[in-house]
Amino acid sequence: MSAQPTPSPVTTQDPKTEGEEREALNSSLRDAWRSLFRHRSAVIGGGIVLFFILLALIAPLLVPYGFNQVDADARLQAPSAAHWFGTDDLGRDIFTRIVYGARISLWVGFFAILGSIIVGSLLGLIAGYYGGWKDIIISRVFDTLLAFPSLLLGIAIVSMLGPSLENAMYAIAIINIPNFGRLMRSRVLSVKQEDFVLAARAVGMKDWRILLKHVMPNSWTPIMVQGTLGFATAVLEAAAFGFLGLGAQPPEPEWGKMLSDSRQFIQSAPWTMIFPGMAIMFTVLGFNLLGDGLRDILDPRMKQ
Amino acid sequence: MLPLFQIGSTGQGSIGETAVFQRKVGEIVFAYTVRRLLMLIPVLIGMSIITFSIVHAIPGDPARAILGDKATPEAVEKIRTHLGLDQPLYIQYFEYVKGLLQGDLGESLITQRPIAEEIGPYLAGTMELALLAMGIAIFFGMNLGILSAWRHNSAVDYTAMVIALIGVSMPVFWLGLMEQWVFAQELGWLPSNGRIDPRLGFEPITHFYLLDSLIKGDFYAFNDAFNHMILPAVALGTIPMAIIARMTRSSMLEVMRSDYVRTARAKGVSEFLVIYKHTLKNAFIPILTVFGLQMGLLLGGAVLTETIFSWPGVGQYLVDAINNRDYPVIQSGILIIATLFVLINLIVDLLYAAVDPRIQYGKE
Repeated sequence: MSAQPTPSPVTTQDPKTEGEEREALNSSLRDAWRSLFRHRSAVIGGGIVLFFILLALIAPLLVPYGFNQVDADARLQAPSAAHWFGTDDLGRDIFTRIVYGARISLWVGFFAILGSIIVGSLLGLIAGYYGGWKDIIISRVFDTLLAFPSLLLGIAIVSMLGPSLENAMYAIAIINIPNFGRLMRSRVLSVKQEDFVLAARAVGMKDWRILLKHVMPNSWTPIMVQGTLGFATAVLEAAAFGFLGLGAQPPEPEWGKMLSDSRQFIQSAPWTMIFPGMAIMFTVLGFNLLGDGLRDILDPRMKQ
Repeated sequence: MLPLFQIGSTGQGSIGETAVFQRKVGEIVFAYTVRRLLMLIPVLIGMSIITFSIVHAIPGDPARAILGDKATPEAVEKIRTHLGLDQPLYIQYFEYVKGLLQGDLGESLITQRPIAEEIGPYLAGTMELALLAMGIAIFFGMNLGILSAWRHNSAVDYTAMVIALIGVSMPVFWLGLMEQWVFAQELGWLPSNGRIDPRLGFEPITHFYLLDSLIKGDFYAFNDAFNHMILPAVALGTIPMAIIARMTRSSMLEVMRSDYVRTARAKGVSEFLVIYKHTLKNAFIPILTVFGLQMGLLLGGAVLTETIFSWPGVGQYLVDAINNRDYPVIQSGILIIATLFVLINLIVDLLYAAVDPRIQYGKE
């Protein structure tokens, strides 16, 4: 139960030398990298993700319009050479808005997931490594958060904080915390029993050093896989909040918000609805494929 | 339904031994049920704290947030007293929980009516929609997965899995809009919103419209209500369908490799029976666990689907409440859906325990 190491007066040394450890990590990374390229779905998914990242980066170079450039003479125009994806009810170019929208979706997805990985892993580490009352409290908090359908919990959080893109991001981060937390906790519980951790503890290594040097590096693989898949969910959730009016506010070119604005023009201008939806779907598909591929390569056990 | 504890009886022990074994397993399952019910308590307390916080954790003055910036100080003071916001926090929480235990979900700020009364028809609407969506998801998902596993690595398998992958990545609200555009607007095959044609003047009894129309023997209304359900139910069921298909496929593939399936084939059992009787029975256990999880997705997705199809369910009720800043309704709507989700998961867990005697119930 208690994981307090006994302080040792002897100078401690790691069970593995640093060079060996780094070499082992490097070679396993090289293997993973190589099989990543052989894995078809990972390559396709990675390609899609890269495409959207590039799109987001070079957005201003790619399009001649501003994302909020209103043109009263070009309202609800069908796709053409001048407007590839047509225009919306204010005459704004939809292609431009989608390209800029990639920035929003990726930005929200990245920071939300990063936040939940950091907080979730930390809580999971504490719960798994120390056990006892800390584990009980943290695990019950996770249970409670998971007891809500995630979108509903998000709605609860946003209705507390007020609707905005930033608050939607916090909500997405919070609702994903228990996923990473539970994963980390279960990894820690198994890694804790490994000989090298016992050895490190036996020679009196400090807790935080064991966690940092032994437990963390042995737990990051499933977290990375879950993070990639979680990115897909986060993009979907951000769009859902935008759609419900709880996320991005006008005139931000957020994909979900664009979809909800398109509802009145479904019949007269279906392109206002088709393209933003496709942008969401392909981004999510890309991260799902990449995540599935990474999982197959890095952690075949998680397939179960 | 699967037979209980089929794996335990190998046919070698005497009848007396089997009976003892079954009684023992029965005791374990009972103990597990009690434990599982006890574990609900902290979760329910946690849930009540979170929904309680929806009003009380609003940054600044909740009363002002509800009424907006232009409200007069008198109005703000009135709402503060009305919601009991002038009491100490712990008293407010205990009052809130006491109310909940007595079935008091508070009062809507807009309609001034008790939410417990108001929410019933909406809840029935959501449940009817969710049940049909889950039915679609289970039927098509499992069969798609079975087909994929049966014709492993064939064109059929790849097509089915591409469909499943797209299904997983599809935003439910986009799918809903696309359906509305194609099937309601362009083709005109199905109605695009609502639960039933208002011109029918249908008077519901239980608010499960399909059931009500059958009770009344009104087949025209039944047909109309069913037509209204198809588009939202398909939209809502697609993502769970895709996930169930993927799960079924991998679970079936694993079981299909086992010796007893090969034996069944060698004995000359028809392919249909091998798949649907021998294989599915054991592949079903992991599939069952995804059902419970999918219900969460489904209930969350219901909020979006109901918004698109103007479906009068709890989701729509909730979204209207958010737009009106009707906080008591937001609290109760979320609490009701979450409670429903918790209960479904409880049922799935207990079913799981009954179906699979191999799990260790003593440990987490």
